[in-house]
Order: sequence, then C-alpha cells, then structure tokens
Amino acid sequence: MYDFTYTKPSSVADATKLLAADPDAKFISGGQTLLPALKHRLNKPTTVVDLTGIGEMRGIRREGNTLVIGALTKHVEVETSAEVKAAIPALAQMAAHIGDTQVRNRGTLGGSVSNNDPAADYPAAVLGLGATVVTSKREIPADEFFLGMFTTALETDELLVAIKFPIPEKAGYAKMRNPASRYVMAGAFVSKGPQGIRVAINGAGPCVFRQGEMEAALAGSWSPEAVAGVKQNPEGMNGDIHGSAEYRAHLVTVMAKRAVASAG
Amino acid sequence: MNAVLPFEGIGASVKRKEDLRFLSGRGQYVDDINRPGQAHAWILRSQYAHARINSIDTTAASKMPGVVAIYTSADMTGIGGIPCGWQIHNKDGTPMAEPKHPVLAEGKVRHVGDPIAVVIAETRSQARDAGEAIVLDVEPLPAVTGTTAALAGAAPCVHDDVAGNLCYDWHIGDKAATDAAFAKAAHHVVFETTNNRLVPNAMEPRSAVGDYDTTTGEHTLFTTSQNPHVIRLLMGAFVLQIPESKLRVVAPDVGGGFGSKIYHYAEEAIVTWAAAKLGRPVKWTADRTEAFMSDAHGRDHVSRAELALDKDGTFLGLRVHTQANMGAYLSTFAPCVPTYLYATLLAGVYSTPAIYAEVQAVFTHTVPVDAYRGAGRPEATYLLERLVDVAARQCGFDKVELRRRNFIATSAFPYQTPVALEYDSGDYVSTLNQALETADWAGFEARRAESASRGKLRGIGISTYLEACGIAPSAVVGSLGARAGLYEVGTIRVHPTGSITVLTGAHSHGQGHETTFAQLVCDKLGVPVAQVDIVHGDTGKVPFGMGTYGSRSLAVGGSAMDKAMDKIIAKGKRIAAHLMEASVEDIEFDPRGEKGGTFRVAGTDRTKALAEISLAAYVPHNFPHDELEPGLEETAFYDPKNFTYPGGCHIAEVEIERETGQVHLLNFTAVDDVGRVVNPMIVEGQVQGGVAQGVGQALLENCVYDSSGQLISASMMDYAMPRADDLAPVSVATHTTLCTHNPLGVKGCGEVGAIGSPPAVINAVVDALREFGVNHVEMPATAPKIWSIIHGSTH
Repeated sequence: MYDFTYTKPSSVADATKLLAADPDAKFISGGQTLLPALKHRLNKPTTVVDLTGIGEMRGIRREGNTLVIGALTKHVEVETSAEVKAAIPALAQMAAHIGDTQVRNRGTLGGSVSNNDPAADYPAAVLGLGATVVTSKREIPADEFFLGMFTTALETDELLVAIKFPIPEKAGYAKMRNPASRYVMAGAFVSKGPQGIRVAINGAGPCVFRQGEMEAALAGSWSPEAVAGVKQNPEGMNGDIHGSAEYRAHLVTVMAKRAVASAG
Repeated sequence: MNAVLPFEGIGASVKRKEDLRFLSGRGQYVDDINRPGQAHAWILRSQYAHARINSIDTTAASKMPGVVAIYTSADMTGIGGIPCGWQIHNKDGTPMAEPKHPVLAEGKVRHVGDPIAVVIAETRSQARDAGEAIVLDVEPLPAVTGTTAALAGAAPCVHDDVAGNLCYDWHIGDKAATDAAFAKAAHHVVFETTNNRLVPNAMEPRSAVGDYDTTTGEHTLFTTSQNPHVIRLLMGAFVLQIPESKLRVVAPDVGGGFGSKIYHYAEEAIVTWAAAKLGRPVKWTADRTEAFMSDAHGRDHVSRAELALDKDGTFLGLRVHTQANMGAYLSTFAPCVPTYLYATLLAGVYSTPAIYAEVQAVFTHTVPVDAYRGAGRPEATYLLERLVDVAARQCGFDKVELRRRNFIATSAFPYQTPVALEYDSGDYVSTLNQALETADWAGFEARRAESASRGKLRGIGISTYLEACGIAPSAVVGSLGARAGLYEVGTIRVHPTGSITVLTGAHSHGQGHETTFAQLVCDKLGVPVAQVDIVHGDTGKVPFGMGTYGSRSLAVGGSAMDKAMDKIIAKGKRIAAHLMEASVEDIEFDPRGEKGGTFRVAGTDRTKALAEISLAAYVPHNFPHDELEPGLEETAFYDPKNFTYPGGCHIAEVEIERETGQVHLLNFTAVDDVGRVVNPMIVEGQVQGGVAQGVGQALLENCVYDSSGQLISASMMDYAMPRADDLAPVSVATHTTLCTHNPLGVKGCGEVGAIGSPPAVINAVVDALREFGVNHVEMPATAPKIWSIIHGSTH
C-alpha cells in the first residue's frame, strides 16, 4: 500500500472536520473494503481516519417501534444481539451470513451501507425495511440514500452515524452467493410493516433497488406464490463470468419467493 | 527399546511429526528467511497478452528512494533461456518447436504476467513504487488464448519462429488396427469435451532468496521448490552457467505445490543472478495476483474421443484427438503432460485392444501450462470415464455392467496395453464392488425419489480409474524424450548411539514425509519414529535426487531408502559377526527383536542391539578393520523398473436445485488401490485433498481469459476455489494389491483423488439431469450452466 497518515478521532465532530479539511482523506471502520483496496494500491488516501474510537457511533437500542443501530456495530454484534433477534430476526439472520467469521468480527454496519457495494447484504435490509440513515448532518430516508454503484447520498465530509430500522410485522431475506467471492449474486429483502410492503433486491443490479411489481403482488396477497409469477426484466442486470443478466433476473424471483417464505 | 512401545511401523496411523511446527506457526518457509543486508525485488509484468516492447525507460524510476538497481533483459547478458526438460517428437520424427523462453522479456511480451524488468530496492514497497515509475513504450498486438483458435490459420503468432503456433503433432498407438476396429463395430460413440484450465493456488505463494558469498564464489538460492536438485541442474547448467559445486539450492518448508513448484521459474534465476551482481542477498515473494499470472497453470485440453463397441458392449477400439494448450512458453515438463502422462493412460482399466491417439500442442498468449496434481492422467480419466457413460447411455447398457464387462481381468497381470504401459497389478472388480456397497448404489433410486419429493434432482456417478505414477524408469522416460533421469536417492545415517538421520532426494511440501519415511525406518530397523529424522530439500546436505511429484516419493524415494537400509543391515551383520565371534552367515536381524533392532547369532541367545553395532562402528576399538570401514552410513540410488499403477472406484452423489441450478455434493465414496499403505491416516488425508481438488475442477474452478488475452479470473474474487462447505463427507477406503516391482509393494496416493473424482462428479450431474435429455455438462458444472439446461435457455 502507499503511505498515508493515520489518525483516530474520538468524536463525530472531529472526524468530519478532518474530511472537510482534506477531501482526499478516507474514513475507515472495519476496513473490510478499504484495506484490501489499499493493499492492492487501488486507493491512495492522504489520511486514513479511524472511526473506531468514536463512542457515540456504537450501540444497539430500541426506541419505541424503532431499532437504532450505531454505525460502528459489527456484523457479529447484530448477529448475536438479543434486541435485534427479538425485534427484526431477519436482520440478525442476514448479519449471520455476511462473509465469514473474520469478516463478521471486523466489518461494520456503517461501513457496509456507506460503501454501497451492489453485492453487499446490508443495503438490502436498509432499503427493504425502509430505514432511515442518520448522518452527522441530517436524516436520510433509505429511498433517497442509495444512488448507484458504490454511490450514496453521503457528502464527502458527511459521516453515517446510525441507522433507524422501523420494526416490521414480517421480514425475510434470501440470497444466492457468488461461488468465488461469496458476495451476493442476487438477494431479496422483503418486509411488511410501518413502511408498507417493500421488496429490495441486491446483487443482481448495479445498485440495490426496490422491485415495485413484486411489492404490488405482495400487497394483493402476502405469499411466496404471489411473487413467483413476477419476472424481473434482465435489462440493466449485472452479467459476468459467474452468471448472465438473464440468470440474475431469474434469481431475483427465486430469492424474493424464498425471502417471503422465510418471513412467514 | 522395549516391546511395550506402540507399533509405529508400516501400517500405523502415526501422527505427523511435522505438524507441531506447522500448526504452531513455527514452520520456516522461504519468506521467513531474511539474510543480512538483504534487498527486495519486484517484478514489472506485462499487462498485455501480446505486445512489442519499443522501449523501457527506467531513468525516473532509478532515482526513486531506496532503489538499488533496475534490470531488463538488456542487462542480463550472457545467460541462457529457461530450459524445457522434455522433448517430444512429431509424427514425422522431427523434434517439437522449442522457442526461447527468456528470463526477462526480449522485445515482446507473450502473456499477461510475462516478466519485463526487475526492480531491486531496500524495501519491497520501494521496489514496487519504483516499478510503477518505469515508463514502458509498448505496442499492443492481437492475441490468441483459445486452444483451438490458436491453430486456426489467421491466428496471431505467439512466436515468430513457430508457424501456426504448433508446438508438436504427436501420436501413439496403432491407427490401422483402430480403424479396423471401428469398421466392424456395432456401436460408434463420439464424445467431445474441453478439460478446463485450472490455477493451482498453493497456499504459500512462490518466493525466492538469492545469496552470494563474495569470498568463496558460492551462490545459494532458497526457493519454494518441490525438487531443489532439479532447479540446481536447470538453472546452474542452462541459465546461469554456475557449476554445481558453487550453487546450493535450498527448499525449506514449502506450503503446497501440486506440481506448480516443480518448474524452474524466471524469478529464481533473477534473484540468484542479481545477488551475485550486487554482492548482497535479494528476496522476491509473489503476491496472490502474481501467483495467478505466473505460476504454471494446469489442464486446458480440447478433445474428441470415439469408442467402438460390439453389440454386447465389448470395447473394440478407441480413437482420441486432443489439442493441448502449452501457454506462451514451454514450462519445464509441459510437453510430456498431454503425451506420455496422458495418451498412455487412455486404456484405463479396460482391455480395449486397439487405441490410437493424436495430440497437437499449441502455443497461446496465456500463462504456461504444466503438470498439476495428476498431470495428464486426470484429463485421460475424465475423457474415458465420461465416454464410457455416454456409451452406456447411447447404446442402452448399464453403466456399471459395461465397465465390468470390459475390465482387465485380475488374472491378466502383467497386462500390456496398446499404448505403451505394462500394468503390474490391480483388482478392479473388488474396488468396484466395495465402492458400490459403501455408496449403497443399489439403494439410489429410493434416494432419488426422496429428493424428487422435495423438488430436487438427484444423481449418482461412477468412475473406475487407473493411473500411472511413481515416475519413473529413467531408461523408459529417456527414450520418450525426458532430459533427466527419474531415479531417487536415500542415505541412512546411523549415529553412534543408534538414532538415525535419513537424507532423501524426495521433498515434502505437505505430504508428511517426516513421518511416513520415519515409519519405514522404524519398520525395517526397529528404531522408534521419534529417533528418526528426515532431512530433505537442501542440495548442500542431500545427494543428487529428483524430488517430489507424480506420486513418486514413497515408491521411488522410499525404495531408495529401503535399499540403503539393506546395506546397513548387511554391514551391521558383518560387524555383529565380528563382535559376537560368529560367521556372518549365521547372523540374523530382527527389527522387532528383544533389543528393538536386534542382531542375533542364529539359534543362540547371543544378541547385539543396532545401537551397539553403530557404537562399535564409530568407536572402532574392536572392529574388523581388515574387512570393513568404520562408520554406519549407506546411500542407495533406486531407479524403478516400471511405473506403479494405483486404481480404484470413485462414486459421487449430487443433488441439484431446479430453481437455481446449484449442484450440491451429497457424499463421495473412494475405494483406492494404492498398494501397501504405510500410514492410513496420511493416505486418507491425501485422498480427501485430491478429491477436494477434483470436485473443485468439476464444479467450481475455471481459469478464464477474455478475447483480448486478459486474465479475467485473476483473484479469489473470481476464481472459485472449493471450500469446506462446497464439499461433502468423503469416505476413503483402500483395497490393496501390491506393486510387484518395488521392494515396498507401494504404489502412490497423492494424485488418485484428483484423477478419479472429476468424471464421477460430472457423471452424477448428468445423471441428475436425465429427464432433460442432456448428454454432457462441461466442467465446471456451475449453477447458471445447469439452469440453462433445465430451463432450455441458451444463456
């Protein structure tokens, strides 16, 4: 990796100040994306701002009908949290199947959502539950947060602090993994709750997206059979050596069906 | 020495002695070696598959911090190209095309990863920084990566002096007899397939450290090699012209090879040469991406096979045409892989009377291809065992009975095949029957129905295979084009108080030799395993040996040790005869005697322990000096009389998800005849590891180049290695027939798993898809491929 300066602020205000002063600095939390990129010399930040010393970005708490999870919460903490398991079991289950044990012990919710890898898991949960992203500057609804491949509504000096998940009546997630990377080939997070009926698709396209036809079908009848008949248009889906756009489009329906089945 | 010690000889599952250091992180690998004053090398590699190098400007790079030197081919004058160790001859008797393989590119690059320049700096990071500052003026040229495409008339030329990219056009067998067999056949079955290109991916990337003693002129190379003497020979004699006495090659702990660390690589020559040039040690270690684009790849055949059968299913003839991808240059043993390690195996376990095979080897703009676990034999086995299944289906025979009908009878050994080999032993009926029983073949239809009730497709597949390993008789391979002998050496050094050091030319890079070889000594000389140490991997310590590949360590290296132990016993008897004032003819040796290894005057209670004999040999106060030299150390070189022929039966059972096309391996049964088993636990591990690699080839692994010659699958993100949850319980059993021509009766177990398993898995996949009328699924049988079949789509 190239040389960089390392700093570890202890407050959100200090961290964002560093980025405001230097747009070539980078935040790091669990480092599951940035560190490999640094090692491959694919990224050359001036300063790496380590967020792990910021206490206010930690913790899982329930506030009425909302579950608030701090951005620095590791996947393993979501996976094993009694609070999460009681409120949104599908979220705990999703976290339990991200990457492998090492990834889950390092990677964080905020890092995953800020990065918005099309093949990451958490963006599907955020969009599929209609969560709200709390940043150092504002609150952003999920529908306005994910803008495109590795692109979000976050500004350069804006830091994702926490995510507020409305607690649904039902929610479920299903995915198929890429056989090599084990990232998501196609996944679906479905929910029914205060944010209505939502179907978020990850892995298949360049960015997580809502599948409106499936949401309409589920509004008519909440059942796996309801989505089984809805075909995803392959246009715009990802195609590579691991599967064509047509294959991924097909998987969207299969995973949505499985997600609804797991939601019950 | 007493009788209550646990049995540690041949047949005991002794725990691996080497695992204490490996599992506690105390192995010493090449990258762990750091020499005083060491500098670090980074190799600038081609990003193009094919390009002309107009200029290399290192001016700015040379001024970067920490840079010691930057070298290109223009600097490495007076050194040779990387040699090829095997020469194949064309059908017309002319030798194969053998274009120069320069250490650093000369004028052109021919594959992504081809080394262009080396930067040497105080740190690895500085070397890489400077490497990125080298200004290259290159002119990209059209590339060809496909095996068949490279032979097409208009294909870009890889080497200007090799017309049509054809390395050789070779054949074996009796064409006329085979044609005649087809003329009278009731059934004619045709099968075409591509054997997918694989990347070996040893856990430890390659690494090399060059060192040079300016006072003595001695060079030392520490390298990740399976055969340090071969590297010393190839690099010393052909590339750098360093006499053996001035070149020491050390291969310490090596973290897996699978063939990819047999070959002499450019980086070994670069660090050895640069260390002498600079007068300071130079280290190079590959990262994983470099491994993908510079370690020799495996497989990559395109084949057409035809089988002639009579109306009852008896095989009459086999005709094979194969195109084999050599990559851009000839790696050390590349030419022999698709010929003498492949086409000679096409008889398999069947008594097919007429076989004819043609093989064309081609150059392409890809990483060189060479032997990878199994080397030619997996390709042959896959072709044959798929062909037999296709034949059974096409002609309406039961796939097990068709195999059984054509087996070489157990009474037929030694059996001369129509393709050069003479099998010494085997019992294919017994391994088949045992595997069928273990896998509950008879109960499959019930399991299939149960899967169907859950909406799943279930299939079962079988492979009855044979391989030739324990390579090899030097005279035979010499006549076939090998430029080296393939004997092995072993030295048994009995120390004064009776412990033993063994020097072996074999090299352990995961096989557990330190345990298995110690068991041979324990079994034959009666010395506990803990008192036997194995030294390997250092040309400064071990006599000239040939290393480890082709499942040869035990059959050839173990046999050399056995012969050396015969000499130890013979000398010990003469010393014992003197000490006990008896005739040497009256001395018996019993490794399991009252004193452990015990010499006895026959019919008496007069005995001497081996340790008493060795003490007398080194403290020769009372020693038969007129008859014997002091000391108790013997060396033997063993050249095998034949290959060894492991064989057996593998059965795979899979379940396929209709909705996604995903294949799940449910269970795997291996019943292998690997000859006498020295350590059953190690054999089980070797077979399981081999099966894992075979399942990887069948279901997951695929090396993909795009049309411009870029390596698309150049990282673990895109190259799917098998992981624990891709596998299933592998049941391993052995059924032994002894090798008849080596003293241990051993055959070899290192490659059987990778050889027998791919066709078993694909046969199971095709079986699972029977309702779709599918005849074949190419490897790897990925989910989208299966989904396309199920859904009748062409995507």
